[in-house]
Amino acid sequence: MQMETNVRPAKEVSRPVRLSRLARIGKELNRSKHYYLLMSPYMIIFFLFTVIPVVLSLGLSFFYFNMLELPRFVGWQNYSRLFLNDDIFMIALKNTLMFAVITGPISYLACFIFAWIINELSPKVRAFMTLIFYAPSISGNVFFIWLIIFSGDSYGYMNGFLMKAGFILEPIQWLLDEKYILPIVMIVQLWLSLGTSFLAFIAGLQTVDKTLIEAGTVDGIKNRWQELWYITLPSMRPQLMFGAVMQITASFAVADISIALAGFPSVNYAAHTIVTHLMDFGTIRFEMGYASAIATVLFFLMIGSNKLTQRMLRKVGE
Amino acid sequence: MVLKMMAVFRTPRKLNRSFAVSLMLFAFLALFGAFMALPLIYAVNNAFKPLDELFIFPPRFFVVNPTMENFYDLFALMGSSWVPLSRYIANTLLITIVGTAGHILLASAAAYPLAKYRFPGSSALFSIVVLSLMFSPHVTAIPNYMMMSWLGWINTHASIIVPSLAFPLGLFLMKQFMEQIPDALLEAAKIDGASEYRIYWSIVMPNVKPAWLTLMILQFPMLWGSDGGSFIYSENLKTLHYALGQITLGGIARAGVGAAVALILMIVPITLFVISQSSVMQTMATSGMKD
Repeated sequence: MQMETNVRPAKEVSRPVRLSRLARIGKELNRSKHYYLLMSPYMIIFFLFTVIPVVLSLGLSFFYFNMLELPRFVGWQNYSRLFLNDDIFMIALKNTLMFAVITGPISYLACFIFAWIINELSPKVRAFMTLIFYAPSISGNVFFIWLIIFSGDSYGYMNGFLMKAGFILEPIQWLLDEKYILPIVMIVQLWLSLGTSFLAFIAGLQTVDKTLIEAGTVDGIKNRWQELWYITLPSMRPQLMFGAVMQITASFAVADISIALAGFPSVNYAAHTIVTHLMDFGTIRFEMGYASAIATVLFFLMIGSNKLTQRMLRKVGE
Repeated sequence: MVLKMMAVFRTPRKLNRSFAVSLMLFAFLALFGAFMALPLIYAVNNAFKPLDELFIFPPRFFVVNPTMENFYDLFALMGSSWVPLSRYIANTLLITIVGTAGHILLASAAAYPLAKYRFPGSSALFSIVVLSLMFSPHVTAIPNYMMMSWLGWINTHASIIVPSLAFPLGLFLMKQFMEQIPDALLEAAKIDGASEYRIYWSIVMPNVKPAWLTLMILQFPMLWGSDGGSFIYSENLKTLHYALGQITLGGIARAGVGAAVALILMIVPITLFVISQSSVMQTMATSGMKD
């Protein structure tokens, strides 16, 4: 963009009427060349590894491509195969939507409720509780601790506890039984999900203008629930929006936890998600075109539900 | 900004609060606090358990006879392995430090113009960044692999570090935080003849230290926990997290050592958060998304 900077010198300034639209943009660009330069390292990498790949993925989803031969155009075939002939994808789609519908909203509400209660505590206790709730999401891949808890033998904590208490007689194969796999992955996902949005909510609650609350009591706000709905929530709407984006995106992207706990692929695909399906075709079968079609579906699912949620959140406190 | 936050902090405002409801809410908090904390406490306890306590029935939560045995075993094991443990640690440190520092630098350089000026393309670029918060990196995994292979970065640390430099969340938070730097400050610097780069480096950057720490807290655990993914094949380029995976694959015999590595992997990001918590909260206060 810096190339176009040295257009139209001073002469034309005396005749501003003649200044063409193009020249005006040129001047504008010239004035902001430092800004472009400052942004360029980030933006080049960002475009190279985020923006262009999305476009490429979209394009590639109409091809058959195995990384060895040249891509072959197949039109909508990948998509029709995905939705009409791929039973495993239907399981993955169902599981992913379960995550989106169950862990997404629950984790979002949990982030807010815990932040709201924590906010009432004194600063020292608040800092401590924040740490307790936030720690799982940054403690890396420590979620394999849950493997020990739900281990299928009697040394597993859940089994040991239930057997000792007399609820069960022999150990349950928690992570090999279709009935239990998905709920367990969900619990662990929830355990890990109080991340960035949780912090954003705590911080947002602290910036709520206290004079608003005092004014509210004058206007007849009676209890903390009314205060929450009419004052607190609307004044932290920007944080609520931000938190929603974080939680929704995370709940559609469940994969690592599913693989770590239930294996890849999990028993009867009980914990298979769109992302693990994508990994299957992308990194094992090398059907890049088909995998791109899966990625494209995932992309639109994520963007779509984010946009929808944002629309809903605009109604908060009205 | 800090002063303003302090003023809003903890002013007496306990109107219409019923004690019973408060008590219930705190009991609720304590219950879930325990749910959150127990696995971590368990992880800490496990690392100090001798072998007989690791496999006792019924399983015991807390360690009775703490021992450092697991850590000695870990170093003995790693000393005798083909690639020394120090190599994995060095790889992880390289990826994490370069990736985090670079991300803070690049994201703030890009955030400054976006936060403070309007110029052709500025709002479009920021919208794209916000849009990219709405999908996970999995979406771009396939083209990214091809991109890496074209660039010849497969099996180099660059394949992990470079894409992480431009994660959208960092730019977003940095930009939101920078918006509250007073324009007058920048104007004054400009009148004194400072260039944009000078302003960025010696006025904007020192003023957004809380945001640096926040970006660090978000970036660090991700890179620290990276196992090299599908990009790194050579054993001598692999990370500590990968080594942990290999040890725990050793099964029952390696349970104690595995617990020790888990503790090491977990303690670093948590400590960082403890140190930087107040700065992080300050940054998050500006994280809001305007529609």
